[in-house]
Amino acid sequence: MTKETTVTEETQEQAHPMDELLRMDRMPHIWCPTCGLGTVVTALAMALDKSGISLDDVAVVSGIGCTGRVAGYIKVDSFHTTHGRAIPFATGLHLANPKLKVIVVSGDGDLIAIGGNHFIHAARRNMDITVICVNNFIYAMTGGQVAPTTPLTANASTMPYGNFEPPFNIPYLADSCGASYVARWSSLHVRRMTTAFAEALAAPGFSLVEVVTPCSTLYARRNRLGTGLDLLKFYHDNCEIEHGADTRSLDIDFQSTIKLGKFIERRRPTFLESLDDWYGQVFGDKYEPYAGATSE
Amino acid sequence: MKADPRGVLTGAHYLDGDHAAAEGGLAAGCRFLAGYPITPSTEVAERFAARIPKVGGGVFIQMEDELASMSAILGGAWAGKKSMTVTSGPGFSLMMENLGLGIMMEVPTVIINVQRGGPSTGLPTLPGQADMMQARWGSHGDYEIIAICPSSPQEAFDYMITAFNFSEKYRVPTLVMMDECVGHMTEKVVIPPADEIELTPRKEYTGPPEEYLPYLPDKDMIPWMTKAGDGTRFHTTGLTHDEKGYPVMNADCQETLVRRLIDKIRKNADEIAIVEEEEVDGADVVLISYGISSRVAIPAIERARREGLKVGSLRLVTVWPFPETRVRELAKNVKALVIPEMNYGQIYYEIERCAAGNARTILVPHGGGWVHDVNDVYAGIKEGLK
Repeated sequence: MTKETTVTEETQEQAHPMDELLRMDRMPHIWCPTCGLGTVVTALAMALDKSGISLDDVAVVSGIGCTGRVAGYIKVDSFHTTHGRAIPFATGLHLANPKLKVIVVSGDGDLIAIGGNHFIHAARRNMDITVICVNNFIYAMTGGQVAPTTPLTANASTMPYGNFEPPFNIPYLADSCGASYVARWSSLHVRRMTTAFAEALAAPGFSLVEVVTPCSTLYARRNRLGTGLDLLKFYHDNCEIEHGADTRSLDIDFQSTIKLGKFIERRRPTFLESLDDWYGQVFGDKYEPYAGATSE
Repeated sequence: MKADPRGVLTGAHYLDGDHAAAEGGLAAGCRFLAGYPITPSTEVAERFAARIPKVGGGVFIQMEDELASMSAILGGAWAGKKSMTVTSGPGFSLMMENLGLGIMMEVPTVIINVQRGGPSTGLPTLPGQADMMQARWGSHGDYEIIAICPSSPQEAFDYMITAFNFSEKYRVPTLVMMDECVGHMTEKVVIPPADEIELTPRKEYTGPPEEYLPYLPDKDMIPWMTKAGDGTRFHTTGLTHDEKGYPVMNADCQETLVRRLIDKIRKNADEIAIVEEEEVDGADVVLISYGISSRVAIPAIERARREGLKVGSLRLVTVWPFPETRVRELAKNVKALVIPEMNYGQIYYEIERCAAGNARTILVPHGGGWVHDVNDVYAGIKEGLK
């Protein structure tokens, strides 16, 4: 420090750039030091800010777990729901008021294990919502249990001798179910992650961004991988960007290369587009398109 | 507030209870139904799916399961649409998870359970009344809820409107506990003109958006509600929360919140209670029943009266909150209360509790699969007169 900062009345009055986007009355947040979630929230707030979407029209829905707490910190209409049910809750919000921009932010366990059925069906229907899946490879809130994303051989409290269950490849799962937009980034790749969030928000249909994040308290500690910072260094040295990669090639093995990028971007009719289009054909002029209508 | 005529199929119809319930929902302004097929309730969803594109301004979706259906209607209600789902026994079990979320978030929604025989898959096509305690206690934690039991297709229509009105007034998921008989019996249903259907509007917050506190209770214990997109940028959670809707993990907040969730229903129990009484004054025995069982009981009561016996009838239309005040009074004036229900004692125990030893309580049980034999109900009445 070369220069001493003195707090003057003037500096105190300056607003934090995130004041409009975050619930500052809830800070400090509950996440551990070097957890990746703060970065994800910042990136989402930045993407929302840049998107030009009115924050009044945005709804954030989370399930349960560390990532489940995201909804509580973003200053939009926000819903902290039940374990695994963020996607169907978001589906209800979206269908009841298609003008809303509905974003699900939840963890790998919430979305892919207990909520896996909802994930695949929302992707199949091409429901026009954005899903941010924060993947820390473990159940963190409950103390480090094995997740459907835990890499083979990695240690978890319920796989005390190492994981022998093959994990899900999330982008491949989303792709195979018909998602319109699929990307994976790490919480080290802040700029690209922010861009991906903005693209996902703009993409009509089911858009998914997986974000690989460090969990220093459980995943890193149990597997002797150092701190969250060490994991970020690991991402720096071992992430490979390959846009358009075949999603079948995106498995994540224990402490080996992680492929990142934008893998899928395709235009498929959304659920409500299909509904309005089909009923328009069936009922002709008598049918009043639903999706354009506002909620009462 | 009057009903929107677009959803009201005014006229005389020949409908089964499931179809009538769907029409009741539409007439009440329901414009979002998320459901999953299950016998014997599916016809409600089918009717809604067929009608909603013609009614307009709404949507039906068949979700991947009942967990998703219940969750989706909570989202739908928060986005400003009156929302409902429909199911039967096994699906009702799955809905318990997000029913709890609806209670905690205080979401006005309606859930129809067309009861069938259980436990488990039980009797998919045959009636039961054995989910009555699940309706009361099925989701974990402590709460109060409203449950209504129609006994005919006409009532399925009428009480769907009541159910939506209760759900809005008290901000609580409201259960319509039908059974397979009521769901599948076809009778005349008269749907009134829209301007004769009175609807309870949502308790909308109209103050400055930045001052909105989503769980600040009004004097009646019910907080004001907004919807997503209104600009209040509220937060809501299934966790124990304060007036801001923010999680607070301590016993004080839990006490304040849970007490209010219970009191807003319990302290209004007399206002919510809907019962039908017949010849209870001077009766020696009063038969207490609900749903289809109250119709099955009619010939037994008539037979007893023909024999000069003094038999009254108390029919519970709302079963939860339990119409405790009336049952307590009644027990003081009669020899016995006779309770026919299609289970081995659920509402019976509530009645026994309220009778508090002042009258004998006689259960006429039935395992489900068909309605009571009238002779069994008659025998129960005779037993009460001993």
